[in-house]
Amino acid sequence: MSVTAHSQERSVADPEERTERRGPRPVVRRLGIAVALLALAAVVLLSIAAGAQDIPLRTVWEVLRHPDGSRDAVIVHDYRIPRTVLGALVGIALGLSGALMQALTRNPLADPGILGVSLGASTGVVVAIAFCGVSAVSGYVWFAFAGAVIASAAVYAIGSTGGRAATPDRLVLAGAAITAVLFAFNTAVLMVDPRAFDEFRFWNVGSLAGRYLDVLLPVAPFIIAGGIIALALARPLNALALGDQLGTALGVRIRRTRVLGAIAIMLLCGAATAAAGPITFVGLAVPHIARLIVGPDQRWVLAYSLLLAPILLLGSDVLGRVLGAPGELQVGIVTAFVGAPVFIALCRRRRPAAL
Amino acid sequence: MSARPGHPPRTRSVGPAPTPAATPAGYAPLRTRGERLALRIHLRTAAACTAMALGLAGMSVLALTVGDFPLTPGEVAATLIGRGSPGHDFIVYTLRMPRLLTALFVGAALAVSGAILQRLSGNPLGSPDIIGFTNGAATGALVVIVLIGGSMLQVAAGALVGGVAAAVLIYLLAFTRGAGGRFILVGIGIAAMALAANSYLITRASLQDAMAAQAWLVGSLNAAGTEQAAAVGLALAVLLPVAVSHGRALSLLSMGDDAAKGLGVGAERSRLVLIAVSVVLAAIATAATGPILFVALAAPQLARRLTRSPGPGLVAAALMGALLLLVSDIAVQRLFTGAALPVGTATGLIGGLYLVGLLITEWRRGRG
Repeated sequence: MSVTAHSQERSVADPEERTERRGPRPVVRRLGIAVALLALAAVVLLSIAAGAQDIPLRTVWEVLRHPDGSRDAVIVHDYRIPRTVLGALVGIALGLSGALMQALTRNPLADPGILGVSLGASTGVVVAIAFCGVSAVSGYVWFAFAGAVIASAAVYAIGSTGGRAATPDRLVLAGAAITAVLFAFNTAVLMVDPRAFDEFRFWNVGSLAGRYLDVLLPVAPFIIAGGIIALALARPLNALALGDQLGTALGVRIRRTRVLGAIAIMLLCGAATAAAGPITFVGLAVPHIARLIVGPDQRWVLAYSLLLAPILLLGSDVLGRVLGAPGELQVGIVTAFVGAPVFIALCRRRRPAAL
Repeated sequence: MSARPGHPPRTRSVGPAPTPAATPAGYAPLRTRGERLALRIHLRTAAACTAMALGLAGMSVLALTVGDFPLTPGEVAATLIGRGSPGHDFIVYTLRMPRLLTALFVGAALAVSGAILQRLSGNPLGSPDIIGFTNGAATGALVVIVLIGGSMLQVAAGALVGGVAAAVLIYLLAFTRGAGGRFILVGIGIAAMALAANSYLITRASLQDAMAAQAWLVGSLNAAGTEQAAAVGLALAVLLPVAVSHGRALSLLSMGDDAAKGLGVGAERSRLVLIAVSVVLAAIATAATGPILFVALAAPQLARRLTRSPGPGLVAAALMGALLLLVSDIAVQRLFTGAALPVGTATGLIGGLYLVGLLITEWRRGRG
């Protein structure tokens, strides 16, 4: 039953794992940050340069510096730059919230999809389309965000009934239960309302297309606030990883850390899903990849997740535009097909890093 | 039922010698003279299984009697022993019985499949819904629905191929050495890819195809007929005994490979057999009705909490799965008469809400 006991016991018993847990030397970690920053810059440029409209690199560079009101300049400034910024923000939010969730629940499987956040957002969108007649992505944002916050609050509240802390397996079970209820509700509504279903199915794949400043501006403050809370929690999370009792002994206020962490997850994940639709896999895979690179220190895991997730997301978005030309493959589909094999390969090569 | 065969004293590996006084609390001994044959019955499990079986019987009668043409239990009984009118024969044998049997068999098959995987992975999330068997089956079915536009039989075949392919892929990728976390992680990876492919296929389809695909994706008994009932029933009749006979190996494997080997279980072989059973049950059930939500995840958990049994609990899970699906099907038919909702909406709602309630009451009382 215990979701994590198995891996934890093993990680204590296995000396090979213990050496692995120490992680690489600090120099390597810092060098990795530099490499990741370069990669991120490259993907951002690619995302601005690539698209359905073929604009030469030189022109892109020119209109970037001197927006001259030409058609190319409008495309770059009004479409590609907002889309890129949104992609980067959504990626950061997914990566950080995934790392935070996995650390808080001490469950390597925790992921926005599992803890009910994504389906909460989906339910918000279903309600918006079917009952409130909202039909623009910028109109969904608030509904999706409200849905995500309510659903994750419900999961957290159920997980902490009986006045006890919301432990890992409690959260996962509560999340699975709430997810099932919401999914069933969504399906029932969509089955009797084909028009709503027709709209919802396109939101449901997860995409950055057609989302401009009107989507970016409402979600950005939430992602930034959530990100700051997440980064501030890095140190207490490290203590928490040792278990509740040891954590308390080390002077960490467990309850406060959990509540703050839950708030950060709701903000990050709710805003990301509201903006781009459910993008699976980034929140699950990126923290694993980060841990495989830097070991279990949460400060480094969070830092690497913050950088790797937007690389994965923007890279996938560019890839979807290139592969799908003249149309595009939605980013949610590409992240799954790019992320999953990498993730599986990492799982096979080493034991999945225990938390 | 869920009684586990005890073992003669010399092979018993755990616990004190079985003098009559040594039966653990909560168990009742059942022995023949000289202990040639001995059963140890977990009392709470036996009671819970009996209650679930009675509930199933009652619900089955309800399923056969209510409907657009209500029948009395007497009329149903007369029809069942061959003395009904032709009209009643048609209603019972052609309309209601196949659907009832499909619900029972599919519920039981999904629950057993989930119980095995959850025990093997030591994780309640290790159910076929989460680790990609059902998503793979759905991909197979969607390819047939959206790209080929095939018949129901072809859709079922596509689902079977997709589910087994996903399972083989997961097994090959995950079990080249050891088990545990990697198995679920690899499964989640495969599930994510299948899910993305499914969403994409749905955006590619015409609205009509997409609606049909979506209905199939939630799992429905609306098209259940004799063939579906027969196929799943046959699979269950063959595979459930195999699974139950590996129950002891399943209990030991969930403690880890080393413990299992130390206690004399051929870990690799038993696991292969159990996984194969689980996959085939899930795939055939999915092919018959679509991936009915949440039964494989919830039924074993509900059964475990009801019985509080330390054993593998496959029989209790099967009963719970059948009961859950049957009650859900009656609910979608009777409560939303016009909409023909897929039964998966009800299993999700009922199973999910019940699990929420169960978790809250259990945690209130300070357990878990």
